[in-house]
Amino acid sequence: MSRPSPKLLSCQELACRRGGRLVFKGLDFALEAGGALLLTGPNGSGKTSLLRMLAGLSPPVDGRILWRGAAISRDFAAHHARIQFIGHQDASKPNLTARENLVFWTAMRGGSKSGADAAIETFRLDKRADWPCRYLSSGEKRRLALARLLSSPAELWLLDEPATGLDARARSVLLAAIEAHRRQGGCVVASTHVPLRLNRAKNLSLAEFMVRGPA
Amino acid sequence: MSEFAALVRRDLNLAFRQGGDWANVAAFFALAVILFPFGVGPEPELLSRISAGVLWVAALLAALLSLERLFQSDWEDGSLEALVLMPLPLELQVLAKCLAHWLATGLPLTLIAPLLALVLHFDTAGMGALVLAMLLGTPVLSLIGSVGAALTLGARRGGVLLSLLMLPLYIPVLIFGVAASEAAAMGFTPRPHLLLLAALLAGSLALAPWAAASALRQAME
Repeated sequence: MSRPSPKLLSCQELACRRGGRLVFKGLDFALEAGGALLLTGPNGSGKTSLLRMLAGLSPPVDGRILWRGAAISRDFAAHHARIQFIGHQDASKPNLTARENLVFWTAMRGGSKSGADAAIETFRLDKRADWPCRYLSSGEKRRLALARLLSSPAELWLLDEPATGLDARARSVLLAAIEAHRRQGGCVVASTHVPLRLNRAKNLSLAEFMVRGPA
Repeated sequence: MSEFAALVRRDLNLAFRQGGDWANVAAFFALAVILFPFGVGPEPELLSRISAGVLWVAALLAALLSLERLFQSDWEDGSLEALVLMPLPLELQVLAKCLAHWLATGLPLTLIAPLLALVLHFDTAGMGALVLAMLLGTPVLSLIGSVGAALTLGARRGGVLLSLLMLPLYIPVLIFGVAASEAAAMGFTPRPHLLLLAALLAGSLALAPWAAASALRQAME
């Protein structure tokens, strides 16, 4: 057995293809415990694709994704247990109440109802918690999706445009949640178009790795 | 196993809040069967002779009606993406969704089938076998259907494609379901046909979740 690497998450020579077109290639980065990585880049530069690869939803065409030095493709079930992926869709059901939605997602990760209630309070959804989700504004639905991060713990947070539609107060709640997660040794990878003020966060501009022209 | 139960409960909850889906299925089944006496005439002998076939064909088409929604709404709102990443194996999640689908569609169909059978002058001697055959056959429709629903996910006019894909696979259920119901109505033992239906159920329980899960993973990439 090799010594456990201090790097939690690392990528080597990663390449991504979408719809037959090479989007980016030669992507390398590494994150240690408590690290945060902000993905920036123009539309279509592959931010969402990279997050989906890190989640193990789609395989990279080239390169490797490692967790503590071991390829995530060796055991996707274990990888899924350690991540929380919040995509750009909110995955909430319009006919269930906010609380029912969150309790469901929490239960699916083995969490408890009290965890869900606490997360609802942190994201200031308590007044809306028993409303069907179809009556929630898009910012509130976003907060509900983000509340999943707090209701059941995971080591790696993968966030696709987490701050979209959030007001200033909700954004500061999100940032505080991310910082608390990092203090406990967790990792965050987030794509963003708006600046997210995180301490010592690495920036990765996907524009540098974009493949231009026919490939 | 609490994750499995949570998924079944959520899908049932959604089915009953939306109401439309399962009520549609039951209403279609009832209407299709009730229209038959008007179409072919009210002679009891004729109706009684075709009753098993009519009941099964109508049940099969009704089940097909609701299949498209099985994964569609989860796919559209991003829930499916999140579900794929849950610790509960996707195969078991498919099984949970099939169970919820059956409870919301197959079970109501089975429960109203005896009433509709009376409308068609179905021989009451065969009633037990009819219900038993539907109890065995309708879960097969949900299970095989999940494979088709997963394969056609994201396809434009997926509904038409789904029906074309599914109908040939539903024919064995139709044949043995009708055979079991008719055998009992005519005073023979329905046992061999029920056993074959049970075999279909056992086979699809083992294979369908696995096939549907790989189709879903494909759709997610």
